[in-house]
Amino acid sequence: MLAFIIRRVGQSVLVLLIVGLVAFSMFRFVGDPIDNMLGQERTIEDVERLRTQLGLDQPFPVQYFKFLEGAVQGNFGVSFRQGRPVAEIILERAPATLELAFVSGLFAIVLGIALGVFTAIRRDGIVANVIMASSLIGVSLPTFLIGILLIYLFSVELGWLPSFGRGETVPIGSWWTTGFLTESGLKALILPSITLGLYQMTLIMRLVRSEMLEVLRQDYIRFARARGLKGRVINFRHALKNTMVPVITVIGLQLGSIIAFAIITETVFQWPGVGLLFINAIQFVDIPVMAAYLMLISVMFVGINLIVDILYAFIDPRLRVAA
Amino acid sequence: MTEPILSIRNLTVDIPTRHGLFQPVRNVSYDIHPGEIRGVVGESGAGKSMTGNAVIGLLDPPARIATGEVILHGRRIDQLDAEEKRRIRGKEIGMIFQDPLTSLNPLFTIGEQLVETIQLHLGLSATEAKARAIDLLDRVAIPNPSERFNQYPHQFSGGMRQRVVIALALCSEPSVIVADEPTTALDVSIQAQVLDLIKDLARERQVGVILITHDMGVIADTTDQVTVMYNGEVVESGTTEQILGAPTHEYTRSLIAAVPRPTLKVKRFPLIGYGGRATEFKIADLARNWSKPAPSKSGQLVEVEGLTKRFLERGALLPSMRRYFTAVDDVSFDIRDGEVFGLVGESGSGKSTVARMIATLYPVDGGHIRFDGDDITTMDAAALTAYRRQIQMIFQDPFSSLNPRMKVGDIVAEPLRHHDLLPAPDIGERVRELLDRVGLSADAWRKYPHEFSGGQRQRISIARALATQPRFLICDEPTSALDVSIQAQILNILKDLQEHLGLTMLFISHDLPVVRQMCDRVGVMRQGKLVEVQETDALFAAPQHPYTQELLGLMPKLDKLSDEGLATEAAGV
Repeated sequence: MLAFIIRRVGQSVLVLLIVGLVAFSMFRFVGDPIDNMLGQERTIEDVERLRTQLGLDQPFPVQYFKFLEGAVQGNFGVSFRQGRPVAEIILERAPATLELAFVSGLFAIVLGIALGVFTAIRRDGIVANVIMASSLIGVSLPTFLIGILLIYLFSVELGWLPSFGRGETVPIGSWWTTGFLTESGLKALILPSITLGLYQMTLIMRLVRSEMLEVLRQDYIRFARARGLKGRVINFRHALKNTMVPVITVIGLQLGSIIAFAIITETVFQWPGVGLLFINAIQFVDIPVMAAYLMLISVMFVGINLIVDILYAFIDPRLRVAA
Repeated sequence: MTEPILSIRNLTVDIPTRHGLFQPVRNVSYDIHPGEIRGVVGESGAGKSMTGNAVIGLLDPPARIATGEVILHGRRIDQLDAEEKRRIRGKEIGMIFQDPLTSLNPLFTIGEQLVETIQLHLGLSATEAKARAIDLLDRVAIPNPSERFNQYPHQFSGGMRQRVVIALALCSEPSVIVADEPTTALDVSIQAQVLDLIKDLARERQVGVILITHDMGVIADTTDQVTVMYNGEVVESGTTEQILGAPTHEYTRSLIAAVPRPTLKVKRFPLIGYGGRATEFKIADLARNWSKPAPSKSGQLVEVEGLTKRFLERGALLPSMRRYFTAVDDVSFDIRDGEVFGLVGESGSGKSTVARMIATLYPVDGGHIRFDGDDITTMDAAALTAYRRQIQMIFQDPFSSLNPRMKVGDIVAEPLRHHDLLPAPDIGERVRELLDRVGLSADAWRKYPHEFSGGQRQRISIARALATQPRFLICDEPTSALDVSIQAQILNILKDLQEHLGLTMLFISHDLPVVRQMCDRVGVMRQGKLVEVQETDALFAAPQHPYTQELLGLMPKLDKLSDEGLATEAAGV
């Protein structure tokens, strides 16, 4: 088990190094930041001074190493546009994105699993079929369209919920701000969370349903019925646990993409999170911010998958012995 | 006679389908008395399992009981609602399924599964239930029950799992147990132990057992009463002696005649002709377009010497830390020209691994394989291709060994195309000829595998194997997945081909009577080692190695079976 975890951690580090290389090469190959930072009136001396100051005169491997060294310590350099440390900017924005991702992830997982189990058990029921048919909408409509439709219905027509922003936030500790504690904060979370989580929810639901149907056909479910166990015990104890083994991997991947895809939702709802920051950074070729965002997303993806792999072994005893 | 515990009266099961009503079980009646084992025998699709499922209320919708009664202890149970039926399941009627590897939930310890069932039916506290679970494990002869209580199913071997399944079926002392093919997936030695356990249950606890099986050997060894089913109906019922020794119905007679005997070698199997199915087909001119292979240089077509195969059990960076499992350990034998050489042994004995190494599917870790004098372990790629053309393989499972997306004609033509043996325009003609040779109709080539039954698919596999005109055919359990009448048919085809085409064969099976019928010489394998090689007749008459003696001793006794139809065949050819 320990060897298994060490091996997975090693692989994760390798992935991060490669992503780091990609992120870093942006500095080198996507335009010249000096051009953007200094205006038309620059002198040759200005350019040279800034180049030295930013360390851009050093050879590529040295720059990469310095970048990694900084990244490990959470130092991603200074934003070209705002002139503040990137880490500080991202930290300031992170709570908004993380809270949004948390709520929509929770929404996707809880509702996805519940509906998946329901549609699997009541396979031929009318309600289950209606749910299955309407789930196609969630899969096929693009996120921004869902967001706009929700805004039109609930903000413009009905006027129940705010159409943009985070509402009032309350600071916790030195840098975290939360929207969970105010009414307007909670209201503001509803539409973006649904928009962001709908696709994942329908995906999880359809996956749970097909896995569950597969599991319900297994001999051990038949044997459990032959032992006279109650339907509830069979469905929720025996079948659900077996269903979750493959589902967990996909959920892990999906949680990563919730954070990554938050960009679109954040843009639609003007949500003051990291995704919106990234979009703005692209517009201004603010490479340190882009690179840091890339690193952050990959750390999250890799971290979540590592946790999922370890979780896997806890659920499935066969892996525990094999590993 | 005592009152029956369970009576099935005129049971009919309906399945409504788009093409009208299908009745897999029609008018079936039989009784189970305390302490009695009733065998229900028949081929797949005969309705044996469906009857068992109907009894314990496990029919999958839309199947339903149309007419008839199921009476348990004098009370009708077929009309109860779903909840009442559930209460009876496991409590009063226990069930054992065929495959112990899939009957247990892999994610729960066997203790959890036992305690759950015990608490449900008997309402005991957790500690009492645990004590009872350990007692049950002890009763089905699982060593160290209190330790194994906390283990997961994958930590048990197949036979041990089937014991756990039996313990689960016994949780609340049911008066009837429905055992659906309980030993079909098990090795012969484990089969004997499980059947003994079932016999003890019946004798000591006066449990009535419905033993559903297609295996006449199991019936002969275990049961008191036998019901023979064919095509959804009971054709004959009676005591085991009477049914096996003096069957009155034509179907029973043909079924018994198709059972391979360990004692008597027949030239050909009589085929079940009842109901217009599975009759002998005429194979005209087997050897047409077939050039008989030249005899090998030494008279030994295949020579295997010191063959060894190791599988990595635990990988590690340092070679010294790696652990290997030796699947085949220093095995040597020769196969003569035109001979059928049998390899027998239990699962895991390495017999299939030997076959795969000869077929170059696995690389060899040690030793030599010589084919007509040439060592295949040192051949270059071109020589290997030529070698592979001369050997072909037939696998056990006719369902997974044919690509479901390819037409039968393409499946059979593939070896011809791969080895570039014929110009394209001639391939169709050759394919039809090959299919004809195994008794398939002329239009079979444009159908897909799923349109064929198991036996027909195995014939397609044989046609494919014959496409390259091989000198050497490897048959790995070619009939293990088939019904006895279909088995007889396939074995007859193999015998004919071997005789008429001068093929040399390696025939792998765990089924000793089949080996007895097919092979000239037999090698017995155990735990990767070849323990004995003998002429078939000598091996069965006077086995030398203790393991061979043990295997033969465990073989179900078929003395009770009627010899009718066999003697004439044996004498007539």
